[in-house]
Amino acid sequence: MSEGLYSMEAKDYDKTLDLTKIKPYGDTMNDGKVQLSFTLPVPAGAEAEEAAKQLLKKMGFENPLVVYQKELTEGFCFMNCYGSLTHTVDYTNIHVPKVESDKMDMHECDEYIQHNIGRKIVMVGASTGTDAHTVGIDAIMNMKGYAGHYGLERYDMIEAYNLGSQVPNEEFIAKGIELHADALLVSQTVTQKDVHIKNLTELVEMLEAEGLRDKVILVCGGPRISHELAKELGYDAGFGANTYADDVASYVAQEMVKRGWK
Amino acid sequence: MQKSKLGLDFEKVEYARGLAKGIAQDVQTFVEQYTTVAVERTLCRLMGIDGVDDNDVPLPNVVVEALKDKGVLNEGALFFIANAMIQTGLTPQQIAEKVAKEEIDITKVVTTDPKAIADALQPVIDDSMARIRARRARREHYLETIGEGPKPYLYIIVATGNIYEDVVQAQAGARQGADVIAVIRTTGQSLLDYVPYGATTEGFGGTFATQENFRIMRKALDEVGEEQGRYIRLCNYCSGLCMPEIAIMGAFEGLDVMLNDALYGILFRDINMQRTLIDQYMSRIINGFAGVIINTGEDNYLTTADAVEAAHTVLASDLINEQLALMAGLPEEQMGLGHAFEMDPMLENGFLYELAQAQMLREIFPKAPLKYMPPTKFMTGNIFRGHIQDALFNIIGQWTHQGLQLLGMPTEAIHTPFMSDRYLSIENAKYIFNNMKDIGEEVEFKDGGIIKNRAKEVLDKATSLLENMESEGLFTALEKGIFADVKRPKNGGKGLDGVTMKGEHYFNPFVELMKGRK
Repeated sequence: MSEGLYSMEAKDYDKTLDLTKIKPYGDTMNDGKVQLSFTLPVPAGAEAEEAAKQLLKKMGFENPLVVYQKELTEGFCFMNCYGSLTHTVDYTNIHVPKVESDKMDMHECDEYIQHNIGRKIVMVGASTGTDAHTVGIDAIMNMKGYAGHYGLERYDMIEAYNLGSQVPNEEFIAKGIELHADALLVSQTVTQKDVHIKNLTELVEMLEAEGLRDKVILVCGGPRISHELAKELGYDAGFGANTYADDVASYVAQEMVKRGWK
Repeated sequence: MQKSKLGLDFEKVEYARGLAKGIAQDVQTFVEQYTTVAVERTLCRLMGIDGVDDNDVPLPNVVVEALKDKGVLNEGALFFIANAMIQTGLTPQQIAEKVAKEEIDITKVVTTDPKAIADALQPVIDDSMARIRARRARREHYLETIGEGPKPYLYIIVATGNIYEDVVQAQAGARQGADVIAVIRTTGQSLLDYVPYGATTEGFGGTFATQENFRIMRKALDEVGEEQGRYIRLCNYCSGLCMPEIAIMGAFEGLDVMLNDALYGILFRDINMQRTLIDQYMSRIINGFAGVIINTGEDNYLTTADAVEAAHTVLASDLINEQLALMAGLPEEQMGLGHAFEMDPMLENGFLYELAQAQMLREIFPKAPLKYMPPTKFMTGNIFRGHIQDALFNIIGQWTHQGLQLLGMPTEAIHTPFMSDRYLSIENAKYIFNNMKDIGEEVEFKDGGIIKNRAKEVLDKATSLLENMESEGLFTALEKGIFADVKRPKNGGKGLDGVTMKGEHYFNPFVELMKGRK
């Protein structure tokens, strides 16, 4: 849908990009266009539409538009909406903590480890606590890897142990000690009611209690994990969506070198 | 002999089936010599024992633990319950309550006469059998009167953690067109060696399977089924350490579909293989008798192994699971053998390989209500592409006449489904099922083309895998990591200490009464 032909909306806004005041882009700079969908716990109808528009206005949208509504079951109305956002943010003033390492591919990692550490790195990974999902830890560790990124098991210079899912923190630590792990990788997929936070925190506390926290590089990952959250919880690094085995391997190898571990 | 659209060699299929039968027979010979704590708790429940003690320990656990502590579990719960009944004149429930209060020694033996024992138990056995038969009759009556939706059944999950909230979600889903509602269990329940009691409102990633929760949801689905003029099936998870117990609770409460696969528990929950195969046998006998469709978990292999390379392991496992189910008396019409649409969406002609796989399974298991799992592994946060992946999956479901279509959600890998996600998924499926209704009857596959060649290749590879497995057996195959790239030791994993060889007085008439019967 092009702005000009059908739209009756005002077009007198400034159309130049200003990074100190950015807003969403539909098809024209600074049009602020956003599509969103949600369900309101009310029957479908004109009142539902008006309720949605008022909510959109409270969210900071101009020209709220409800393009589709459908009562999913009695008293629950699903809606697709559009609006133009009035809020802006200053992009030039944004600072996001990131994992500080250069990303290397598998061969580069192997060479880097060979050259700078001179022995195989031991990494022990698991989906811990009650979390039954192996998809995350498998994507990082399994030989085949995920989305074209080979898993840690394929790295010549990494000895990777995947303990699978539902591994209690005690058992995870015990296995880490037994295998002389340089790095512990924790995967958490289930995040309902913040169950992962409790579990991740418990692991850090247990490692600290046993005086092991400084002896390993502690990494967590999962679709809802960010580096920022990981740091907050006492981890060395966190890997979220769209990160792969090479991100983890690059980080651990470089962190070991930084710490002077051989 | 049926005609194959894929040009499958059915003699080869029968040969492969024979190999699977040999493998399953080996397992069966082993299984029949043993019992487990879960099987014995199941027998307690069949004796009408229910409820919990002052510490919330379920009474079936109380009784079985008492036997295990005294080292007499090998004689089985029924032998001792019968003895206690003869001795005290109390009902099994009253006896269990006294065991909980330590007011009775359940291991005291007054008779070993098999007839005296059978006679003492007979009225209770008759009650339980009647209870299960009544549930089955109720389902059949509904199917005859209000009927059911066409296949593939639309299967959706609810997973709020709160059974009452699940009811709202489930009824909404049924009104939108769902035929099967699965209540996902709370994470970790499969590893509990007991079944929690009562209605529950707290769970992570799902809701506890309890008998009361089953009852609440059954009632809700009957209500909405009557309103919609369509029977709505209820599905839960007869897997983990309480397999047969969940089976009997489901049989008592009118569940229709149960995930029920030992191989899944071994591979993905690290449950000991001996334990869970013994448990599976009893649970499948019950599911067969109760008219419950079982679902097997082969689809999960493809979440860890590659769907293109490991396609033959799915077929091989389905063939073994079919034989194990037959040996437990479960008819083909109740075998929801599993497979999945899990190939990398970026693969050239991936759709054709998926189509070949689904059609091949349809032809090899013509009577089975195949359980077809949607894409999960390659679902990203891109809900828009995800919705299209689910559409391609739905096309194959309709085309190849799958039995249970587990609807994919565009928000898979992000969160448990919103009410609106279910609506979008059901709309997607209904649109495709209707718009492409007879495509399977209209379109034929090219000789020597990608689809026919692929099916042949997968069958060949499955056959040679079964040939290898036949000599070494299922246990060794699992130790070697044949399925899902996961290796499990025969004496490792959870639950082995609950396994015991049957003793001289061991008595379980339910195998005879239920196996292969209605």
